[in-house]
Amino acid sequence: MEIYILLGFVLILSIYLGLELISKVPSTLHTPLMSGANAISGIALVGALTLTQDTFLQTVIAFLAITFASINVFGGYLVTNRMLSMFKKK
Amino acid sequence: MENFDITLLQNIAYIFAAILFITGIKMLGKEATAQKGNIISAVGMFIAIIVTAINIVNPLVVLGGILLGAFIGSIIAIKVKMTSIPEMVALFNGFGGLATFFIAWSEMGSANNNLFQYLLVILTIYIGGVTFSGSLIAFGKLSERLKIGKGHLVTNVFISFFYISLISILAMLVLPMIGSLPLNFETIFYIYLVLVMLGGIGFVLPIGGGDMPVVISLLNSLSGIAAAFAGLILVNNVLIVAGSLVGASGLILTIIMAKAMNRTIGNILFVGYAASGTSSSSEQGEVKPINAEDAFLILENASSVLIVPGYGMAVAQAQHVVRELGELLEENGTDVKYGIHPVAGRMPGHMNVLLAEANVSYDLLAEPDDVNPMMDTVDVAIVIGANDVVNPSATEEPGSPIYGMPILEVANARTVFVLKRSMSSGFAGVQNPLFFKENTRMLFGDAKESISGLVSEFKD
Repeated sequence: MEIYILLGFVLILSIYLGLELISKVPSTLHTPLMSGANAISGIALVGALTLTQDTFLQTVIAFLAITFASINVFGGYLVTNRMLSMFKKK
Repeated sequence: MENFDITLLQNIAYIFAAILFITGIKMLGKEATAQKGNIISAVGMFIAIIVTAINIVNPLVVLGGILLGAFIGSIIAIKVKMTSIPEMVALFNGFGGLATFFIAWSEMGSANNNLFQYLLVILTIYIGGVTFSGSLIAFGKLSERLKIGKGHLVTNVFISFFYISLISILAMLVLPMIGSLPLNFETIFYIYLVLVMLGGIGFVLPIGGGDMPVVISLLNSLSGIAAAFAGLILVNNVLIVAGSLVGASGLILTIIMAKAMNRTIGNILFVGYAASGTSSSSEQGEVKPINAEDAFLILENASSVLIVPGYGMAVAQAQHVVRELGELLEENGTDVKYGIHPVAGRMPGHMNVLLAEANVSYDLLAEPDDVNPMMDTVDVAIVIGANDVVNPSATEEPGSPIYGMPILEVANARTVFVLKRSMSSGFAGVQNPLFFKENTRMLFGDAKESISGLVSEFKD
């Protein structure tokens, strides 16, 4: 149970940090911020990599989790970068 | 001992990755550093993935999955048109949610005899699953493939599934305590998985296109929270930190969007716009159409012009001709600004992305608070396919469903051009008195063709 308290501590602090960091974003950047944050949520890939694969079902689940998280990570970062390279001040 | 060393190395690397995510997302919030911020966060992700992959179970499955996902994701990201960004973000978001859904499913076995772990698994399955199926529906709606909305029989069926899915969370928490079940627990668990997916459909299906900026931000937030919960299940700090950051940023966007509509999040998700048409139908009057030639004569003599784009500009893909018109006006000595409402379009910042694609400098884009005070110095406001965000009912008619919503007060400009296909009302279904104002001229037709008409008048 103690481990959950520790993890919960990390969770609360990180949410608070996130709220502080992003509270004043200009509306020009709303879409790239969302898309960039979306790419970060692909961190699920790290979790997917650690899944046990003892049974056939587990292997299939792990494979699907890895594949979909990878689409999220690679697609998310690439499209955000593409978008941001268009934002220019002349 | 050797195993311990790898875990230690991984945890140290995760700290670095977390620092890079935090720095990256902070830099994403400023125009000058945004692109660098995205790259820094990508480096963090790269580090986290590499150190995790050191002691993987089954290299074939892992590498196969990563390569396949990287291939599909890259193709989509490179090929997607900027006008399709909203639905693409929804899709990627859904895939992230689906990954956490699978993680939680796979960890079901670890929850034996640990009630708290079991609770986390059940909740993560729910959040991840709803994020996935809800995002798919958002994708369908944004790409206009899915036309079923509020009031439809199918929608009502799925709405009941949404409520059933909420109850099923409780059921899943209570059922294991009951000794003899009519079905074995595995079957019940699979039924739960299906209900979660159906519930996500019912969650998003009734929500209309104009409310999509809120929904898409909320789903974004949920995908982060799901990842953070998966981190709790797997006892993995980097998932918790990164997921929480995403959850927080999505939450902030959701709140900004809801504020820009002057509605509560609950109202947007579960009520929708009230049926309208009661108040304004009486005092409408005549609309005054104008053709491109006359519009050009007025624009030629204008010293300041405000361009107000809306979803109609995205639909007509008119952003490039709009930029061309803006440049011609500037060459003519006119001061040109773009008035961008936070909820114009289908996602937060939708108009900004389109105009950036068309090469419009971002310092020309102004928010309602900046342009409204000097609206009376604007000679011509050109409204391109925007409706509710310029509807004066929001400030003038206390009975209107959109009353109180902050708008771009274009009605106070000397002349208003409204580019519009026809006289249909906006998403909110509210009649727009702007069209009947003394100083409003309607330029009917496809936005792109109308603007092209103006552009060619300028060139002649």
